[in-house]
Amino acid sequence: MRVSILIFLLMLPFGAAAQGFAGLGSDADGFAVPERGQALAFPRDHGPHPAYRIEWWYVTATLTGANGRDYGIQWTLFRSALAPYEKDGWQSPHLWMAHAALTTPERHFVAERLARGGIGQAGVAADPFEAWIDDWRLAGPDFDTLDLRARGMDFSYDLRLAAQGPLVLHGDRGYSVKSQDGQASYYYSQPGFTVTGTLTLPSGPVEVTGNAWLDREWSSQPLSEDQTGWDWFSLSFDDGTRLMAFRLRGGRGDFTSGTWIDADGTAKALPDGLITVEPLNLTAVAGRDLPTRWQLGVPDKALSVEIEALNPQAWMATSFPYWEGPVRVIGSHGGKGYLEMTGYD
Amino acid sequence: MRRAAIACLWSHWSRHPLQLVTLLAGLALATGLWSAVQAINAEARSSYAEASAQLGTGRFDELRAASGPIPLARYVALRRAGWQLAAVLDGRMPLPGGLVEVMGVDLLSYPALPAIEETSDIDGIAPADALLAPGLLIARPETARRLRAQVGLPPVTLSQNLPTGVVLTDIGTAETLLNRSGEITRLLILPDQPDGLAPLADLAPDLVRVQAEGRSELARLTDSFHLNLTAFGLLSFAVGLFIVHGMVGLSFEQRRGMIRTLRALGLPLRDLTWLMLGELLLFALIGGTVGLALGYVVAAALLPDVAATLRGLYGAPVDGDLALQPAWVALGLMMAVAGTFAASAQALWRLSRVPILQAQGQYAWSAQGLPVLAQAGIGTLLICAGFLALAVFDGLVAGFVMLGGLLMGAALLLPPLLSLALRIGAGFSRGPLSTWVWADMRAQLPGLSLALMALLLALAANIGVGTMVSSFRLTFTGWLDQRLASELYVTARDDAQGAEIALWLHSRADAVLPIRSTEVQVSDQAVFLYGIVDHPTYRDNWPLIAATPQVWDAVAEGRGALINEQMARRMDLWPGDAVTLLPGWTLPIVGVYSDYGNPTGQAITALPALLERVPDLPNTRFGIRIDPAQAGDLRTELADTFALPPQALVPQAAIKASSLAIFEKTFVVTGALNILTLGVAGFAILTSLLTLWAHRLPQLAPVWALGVRRDTLARLEVLRSVALAVMTAMLALPLGLVLAWALLAIINVEAFGWRLPMHLFPLQWLILLLLAVATAVLAALLPARRLRRLPPSDLLQVFANAR
Amino acid sequence: MLLSVETVSKTYLGGRPVLDRVSLRLDHGETVALTGESGSGKSTLLNLVGALDHFDSGEITIAGTALSGLDERGRAALRRGSLALVFQQFNLIPSLSVEQNLAFHARLSGRSDAAWLSHLTDRLGLSALLARFPEQLSGGQQQRVAFGRSLAARPALLLADEPTGNLDETASAAVLDLMLNLVAETGCGLLLVTHSDAIAARLDRRAHLSGGHLA
Repeated sequence: MRVSILIFLLMLPFGAAAQGFAGLGSDADGFAVPERGQALAFPRDHGPHPAYRIEWWYVTATLTGANGRDYGIQWTLFRSALAPYEKDGWQSPHLWMAHAALTTPERHFVAERLARGGIGQAGVAADPFEAWIDDWRLAGPDFDTLDLRARGMDFSYDLRLAAQGPLVLHGDRGYSVKSQDGQASYYYSQPGFTVTGTLTLPSGPVEVTGNAWLDREWSSQPLSEDQTGWDWFSLSFDDGTRLMAFRLRGGRGDFTSGTWIDADGTAKALPDGLITVEPLNLTAVAGRDLPTRWQLGVPDKALSVEIEALNPQAWMATSFPYWEGPVRVIGSHGGKGYLEMTGYD
Repeated sequence: MRRAAIACLWSHWSRHPLQLVTLLAGLALATGLWSAVQAINAEARSSYAEASAQLGTGRFDELRAASGPIPLARYVALRRAGWQLAAVLDGRMPLPGGLVEVMGVDLLSYPALPAIEETSDIDGIAPADALLAPGLLIARPETARRLRAQVGLPPVTLSQNLPTGVVLTDIGTAETLLNRSGEITRLLILPDQPDGLAPLADLAPDLVRVQAEGRSELARLTDSFHLNLTAFGLLSFAVGLFIVHGMVGLSFEQRRGMIRTLRALGLPLRDLTWLMLGELLLFALIGGTVGLALGYVVAAALLPDVAATLRGLYGAPVDGDLALQPAWVALGLMMAVAGTFAASAQALWRLSRVPILQAQGQYAWSAQGLPVLAQAGIGTLLICAGFLALAVFDGLVAGFVMLGGLLMGAALLLPPLLSLALRIGAGFSRGPLSTWVWADMRAQLPGLSLALMALLLALAANIGVGTMVSSFRLTFTGWLDQRLASELYVTARDDAQGAEIALWLHSRADAVLPIRSTEVQVSDQAVFLYGIVDHPTYRDNWPLIAATPQVWDAVAEGRGALINEQMARRMDLWPGDAVTLLPGWTLPIVGVYSDYGNPTGQAITALPALLERVPDLPNTRFGIRIDPAQAGDLRTELADTFALPPQALVPQAAIKASSLAIFEKTFVVTGALNILTLGVAGFAILTSLLTLWAHRLPQLAPVWALGVRRDTLARLEVLRSVALAVMTAMLALPLGLVLAWALLAIINVEAFGWRLPMHLFPLQWLILLLLAVATAVLAALLPARRLRRLPPSDLLQVFANAR
Repeated sequence: MLLSVETVSKTYLGGRPVLDRVSLRLDHGETVALTGESGSGKSTLLNLVGALDHFDSGEITIAGTALSGLDERGRAALRRGSLALVFQQFNLIPSLSVEQNLAFHARLSGRSDAAWLSHLTDRLGLSALLARFPEQLSGGQQQRVAFGRSLAARPALLLADEPTGNLDETASAAVLDLMLNLVAETGCGLLLVTHSDAIAARLDRRAHLSGGHLA
């Protein structure tokens, strides 16, 4: 059982405290806010941005075992700042939280880690790249060649990731708008890792291969006040094309955004209104109803697919609970991907 | 039928209200003192349990360093090896009015604590306030008031969910508060660990894993203290039951005729027995209830002192407030009922054997005790069994078994010894009246023996406890003089300032003695290891109770270690043995010193040798040797030069005073119980004399008829009572001294870990003797007055009624 | 037949027989004096009849109830109901007043009768002493209270053991007169142990015990 103080910690950046002061360069608490036109630079921007309130390193992978079964894993490291400065020791304002999950068609394993910045228990270094919390780690000589591992009480995984294409910048060269009011974040991805490695389940180890998608995002004011949650999709189609799409649900209607990625890595932003998403049927999960089957369309790209959860019970029962799990895609395009849903209370 | 019988039984009490009051008072006293002790113990124990729940201690295994603190880097390394741990930094912070315990926890990883839930839920404290500088302190209102009175401390939030004197805060804040950056006291091993971790024994061989159940230092130490109190409670209970036993026996004897008549008139024995049982139960409940009220008052009066003792001596978190607990009420009443029936068993058994037909005996109830020789035999046996228990078993319980055997055996031996003394006395008597007086005393002895036993126990307990307390005070005061040789004690803010102060003092003081220590683990127990410099202050003053030759040379050269008495007794280490203070550092023990008032083990060796192995030893505390006349000026100068707060500069006298105050409080409770016990015994004598009164007339009437005046008889009554009391007091003296010896040499060693030399205080004995005489005079005065005023017709009646 | 004693024997531990096959009968309203030397077994026989003690052989029947068949409770009930005993030592309850003592046996046996009690009190001349306690009475007064207590319960058989043994001659005669009158009035049987020929002569019949045998 964790301290309830944590709920505060993690709710703050997402909640009402981050009112939009877009364009001013910083918000009321002194945090920097994203500005359109700022060029991202690598490897520097693989590392943390302490001037911003919230940041994450987010890996999802769809995997197939040597036994032919489908699996999915998630590995996320969140940074949440109480104040916009750096300090060594326990009183560093940076708090770190990580989630790891392993999903099979029947089971869903979850683990969570928390840490303070400033003492070395968790952190991220840009070059050579290393992101860690306790013994969980995403690291490699560079951002294209990474080892990924995590373990919980009854599962663990140890994977090697190799990038097959370039980084993809979402929105306007990495400036990704999140609402009609103009809230935005910096957002880029590496959507095309190939994966090999081992999953360890209570029943024993499984050798797996598959694909991984890595998201990087940081901001200080990601949501509008009326926005209650989001549905986020990362899909890899059999023909080599990929799609990142999300819908932010709000009092003033939905706000959609996405990125279409060609097989060669060329990205095209899909601004608000170009994507249609429709829940098809609901599943009772953790005491609430969640859409685990979706209709998704991008008319411009002649895409019309049905998306179905591999395991509808992929509930992340963490300090800040949400749904996240692997999906199968059928329709105009076949493929696999990941779905994340928040704000269904 | 029943109603008539009940009315008849009750009529006895309404005709003898004093008997009823005495019986109930005896019960109330017995229950009251016992319950008071129980209430105090229960309150203290529930405080421990509550504190443990409030601080989350005792639930998880912990890692501690073999010596000193755990560096932050070790914690991070273990975390990065996958172990789920929660870091805690414990420390004490000086405040005006005494130290407070600071518990700094990593708020992110420490298991949920009620105090944190409360503050974050109710007060809506933002995490930034708790985790970032200056931080946030959480404390009970009483503690919070003291914190808020200090300038420069972080803001304080109130929580009822914390023990008194404890400050809960984030570990980051605690580091600053305690000036111990990068230090961790202990690591909680959290319950949910991932699969496949490398064993801690491999990852951190230098850290000691302490089991949650094994970490009961406080419980063990305080258990002894509580057992001590319980023993006193039981003693009072036993003395109170003497009264009950006497009264019940007397009332049954006086109602023998009535019982026979009732049965002759057709009341079945079984009904009669049930009615009498019911009567006793009713009395037990009434007496018990009164006793509980009394116990509550006594406990409420004593608890603040007990709490002060427990806090001062053991750092145990106990409040001074008493809460009424239902279990306590139930237990108290149960004890009252059980005690009543135990004290009445003999009378009830005899009741069931009373034949309808038998001539009425004058002394049936009192004379039907054990034959004198058998009683003496059993008494001797009990004493031997007690000592045997001590020889065979160890520990506090064996000590108390021995004391129990000794006291009970001595009580049983009392009547035979008194009888012997009276027989010898009678041999010396010449005149007819004195011959009669001696003989009459022997005749009276069976009826008084229970009361005299109570007096014996009370006097012996008084002598024993008085000797212990006085020995303690004498020894302790002398020891303080030796041990606190430095005139002034100073605590610097940090090591840097410590070095500055030492330099500054170099030319101004006769000597500056650094007080530098680290916490080490010896046999899984925390021991404070001190490094000292070679100085005559130690050589001349340090109170050694065992030593090898050239002990100080060995210590000064780092070739040997001194340990305190507690550690020596607990671990059975003595000069000649060796102790491993740090992994790979074993030293021979060259001496043992007395160290009163300290619950933990302690060891001393040369400072250079210690610094070689523990280089980062804090260097903030010093003892300063200086001409006492200049100590005051130096203190002012030091405070001004280094801007030290008053509590950082403590003169010797202040430490002595506060140490003595703690010990005075420790014995306030025993002293109070002692006086109450003596009061109960005096009451027992009074009741016994009053109950014998009815039987006295037939014995006095013939003497009166032969020409002895009533006021002479009355004077002789008082004299007799005094003589018996004095004889009892004489016998109580050796018993009390044995008791004192047992308390000092056995009970204290087990309860506190130190043995005290025994000092004798004859003046105290004299006072006690006078007190016993006064008790006897007071007790005899009432019957004697009655005798003086007795109308001659009443004495004549004796002859008229004679058969 | 109110009382029938049939060949009753009684021996105390290790001694020779105190009573040897004794038989005795007593009818309703009949008064019998039991006489004999000291130690002849008079009191023993009276105690056996009073269900206070057990006999070795034979049978005692009181108002149709055989004593040998009774347990402790049955014997107590018999003492409470059919019998009343008056002892030499009066055996009043010291903590009860005269009034309470008088009423006690009747209350115990559940046969309180206020009118009869008040009549008895008058006849015994105790009206002025009701509030006193036994220790405040003379021996004669105490014995009258003891009689009153017994008769108030309207027993079928009154047993008296040397009831006037502790009284001087004048008092003794007065108490005896009263007793016989009241016994006649209630119609109960009376078995009275005495060593006085004068007293024995005033009763209907005399039975003399000697050496454990009834003459």
